[in-house]
Amino acid sequence: MRDAATAALTLVYLARLREAFGTASERVEPPADVTTVSALRAWLAARGGTWAAELAPGRAVRVAVNHDLADADTPIHPGDEVALFPPVTGG
Amino acid sequence: MPVRVQIEDFDVARELAALRAGNRSIGAVAAFIGTVRDVNENAQVATMVLEHYPGMTEKALADIVEMARSRWDIIDALVIHRVGALEPGDQIVLVGVTSAHRGDAFAACEFIIDFLKTRAPFWKKEDTAAGARWVEARASDDEAAARWKVPQEPAA
Repeated sequence: MRDAATAALTLVYLARLREAFGTASERVEPPADVTTVSALRAWLAARGGTWAAELAPGRAVRVAVNHDLADADTPIHPGDEVALFPPVTGG
Repeated sequence: MPVRVQIEDFDVARELAALRAGNRSIGAVAAFIGTVRDVNENAQVATMVLEHYPGMTEKALADIVEMARSRWDIIDALVIHRVGALEPGDQIVLVGVTSAHRGDAFAACEFIIDFLKTRAPFWKKEDTAAGARWVEARASDDEAAARWKVPQEPAA
């Protein structure tokens, strides 16, 4: 039997995106065909409203998978932590 | 190659002394200190809060230092980045690099801060008289990082 706890993704939202989405973190179980960062982004954008606005194509959103910077093609696996954030402004 | 994320301020002289302590093969120490500017044109002073991504921040800094270590002949490197509430004039970040010679120390130091500014998960939020706003990333930072032209790994 599949362990639902480890099949879920942990999503983390940081900085201005956390404020826009109104949450710092959530656990989700996307459909099986969501296997890349770009697919996950599109799946979240399909929620509409603020999600569609912030995650529309062309909006500058950075992603990290398990604490490593990712790009659109980076694969996503069950149990991963995926963070979405604006371009960084440290230093 | 220590990296630290902390709220507390740092003492540059003490940190650099510790970085090069006891190693007489060091001929050069290069350092960069980033500080908070008074970004408002008028007399009102803005404060700033620095947020980071706990769990990723130190790893990202260590990865950037490792990139520098593999590309230049450096002996050691130190990155300290503060988070939390800061005011104009405060220190934000220290990058220190030691090497036998100044060329590698200077280049590695500049590389580390250029890559930190485009890859390390920190975000600044300013408090101004007109309200709070998130600082926008600059195209000039992306250009600074791009000019290092990190070679791609050849396909296996």
